[in-house]
Amino acid sequence: MSAGVLSPAITLATPVAAAAGTVAGKPRPGSLRFEAVAKTYHSSAGAVEALKDISLDIAPGDIYGIIGRSGAGKSSLLRTINRLEEPTTGRVLVDGEDISRLDEAGLVALRRRIGMIFQHFNLLSARTVRENVALPLIVAGVAKEEIRTRTDEVLALVGLSDKGDTYPSRLSGGQKQRVGVARALVSRPEILLCDEATSALDPETTLSILELLRDINRKLGLTIVLITHEMSVIREICNRVLVLEGGAIAEEGPVWQVFGAPRHDATRSLLAPLQRDLPPELTANLRPEAQTPRDRAVIGISYAGTVAPDLQALASATKGAVELLSASVERIQSHAVGRIVLALAPGAKPAALTSQHPSAKVIGYVPADD
Amino acid sequence: MSPQMIDRLWQAFYDTLFMVGISAGIAVLAGIPLAVFLVTSGPGGIFAAPRLNRIVGLFVNGFRAVPFIVLLVALIPFTRLVVGTTIGVWAAIVPLAVSATPFFARIVEVSLREIDPGLIEAAQSIGCRRHHIVRYVYLPEALPGIIGGLTITVVTMIGASAMAGAVGAGGLGDVAIRYGYQRFDTTVMMAVIVILVVLVSAVQFAGDYAVRRLKAR
Ligand SMILES: Nc1ncnc2c1ncn2[C@@H]1O[C@H](COP(=O)(O)OP(=O)(O)O)[C@@H](O)[C@H]1O
Ligand SMILES: [Mg+2]
Repeated sequence: MSAGVLSPAITLATPVAAAAGTVAGKPRPGSLRFEAVAKTYHSSAGAVEALKDISLDIAPGDIYGIIGRSGAGKSSLLRTINRLEEPTTGRVLVDGEDISRLDEAGLVALRRRIGMIFQHFNLLSARTVRENVALPLIVAGVAKEEIRTRTDEVLALVGLSDKGDTYPSRLSGGQKQRVGVARALVSRPEILLCDEATSALDPETTLSILELLRDINRKLGLTIVLITHEMSVIREICNRVLVLEGGAIAEEGPVWQVFGAPRHDATRSLLAPLQRDLPPELTANLRPEAQTPRDRAVIGISYAGTVAPDLQALASATKGAVELLSASVERIQSHAVGRIVLALAPGAKPAALTSQHPSAKVIGYVPADD
Repeated sequence: MSPQMIDRLWQAFYDTLFMVGISAGIAVLAGIPLAVFLVTSGPGGIFAAPRLNRIVGLFVNGFRAVPFIVLLVALIPFTRLVVGTTIGVWAAIVPLAVSATPFFARIVEVSLREIDPGLIEAAQSIGCRRHHIVRYVYLPEALPGIIGGLTITVVTMIGASAMAGAVGAGGLGDVAIRYGYQRFDTTVMMAVIVILVVLVSAVQFAGDYAVRRLKAR
């Protein structure tokens, strides 16, 4: 059993290997591929198609975010990676290996290469912090002294060296999640799965856990796949993001692109909480259609990367005063991501302006002040 | 009370402890695996075998439905087969253990079912095999419930052991009926009641204390 844990595939995930990218010509471990994965649950309430035809690749070292409404299939997809859930059809490949073929021993070995952390931490209450963290090694048959050094190592990594002999019930939420991270890392996995790992934590603790995840991604070079409903988490640490809607891929790509110029309604509605760009008194009066010819059109322009709008062309495209309601430019992964919200003069036609920039859209209409 | 009566009470006290102790030991050794089987062999369990699960469940319910005094008599042929006699302490241990095992198993089953399924998943995700999950998750996490269930079982068995007097098993209940009731010796009757109350309280106290200690972690 210990052979599985000490296999070359695991030791590759050490900092040196991560920095080198490849070792002895072998590709870096931690890649994932989904091939037409579908999952249907059968319950007394009938069949639920939780995943439909999901095909995508996750590269080694990615911090890959999965977002979507509740029930979109995020957890189902994540759980196919360590076979807590079996796809109904399709294949999941870890480092090019079809994991549906594994027998029980192979599955156990696979799971030792894939760590997982959970929203509610799932720590064993009858075991101390150290005993919780040591469990993956105990069941793998690792020698006592090595268990001691490796648990010390990961407890130091997550900043809990002084809590080894405490029971989990005595820890704060953030500390519990750190124990979860330590337990997931002690087997030196190449992939870390996080299912809403920060959803039960307050914003400050969330930040510290994200910091920790980013840190281990850098230090250990492991691939992280995380589900969250907090868009700020994605923006903070992910490099790619997948938007699921009704079990299917709505869109997928680099975070700066998907967040900067969302192409799917599902993405836009998920991002809505991030867009605090409309003043509340304006949203209260906003309506989808013009009620009178003098209503003012409110236009939103979003852009990411290269195609920044030509402000002069925009301004001269419509007659009358253009009021700037909000504007922001942020840098996500060193790409400029901007959003401009304008209100046109009473009665001005929005078409002239929306033709100026591909992403310019009418958000709605507000009554003119006079 | 005469010195002989005091001796008799001591002997009865010892017999009761012995009967209950041995049958409780058997109930633990058989009941815990039975409970683990009932929980893990259900649909979606780690040792899923739904058909066998239903059959065993029916058997357990069957035994639970039969009152102890009936079981005591109905099991006489079985008791003779196992211990070679149908009177005495050992003859009482057989029906006591047979009735306590499913009783205890059902209580343990409830505590096992209360374990958060997330813990099982976490154990699977770190590479636990199924027997590891039983050893490191199910049993330790349910331990407070198991100890609490054992307390209830032992208290119930102390009561049931009094009925074992019907097969001449001896014990406190036997003394109470033969001397206290049939010979109208109120002192003996009172003595037996006091001993039983103290015994049951001690068991309950010890059980509660252990559970509190475990839960305080
Ligand atoms: N074990 C299950 N049995 C039946 N239906 C399930 C099961 N797990 C999830 N589902 C259903 O599958 C869909 C996707 O669930 P899930 O993957 O948990 O979504 P998410 O994590 O995005 O909220 C939901 O409609 C959910 O009700
Ligand atoms: Mg979920």
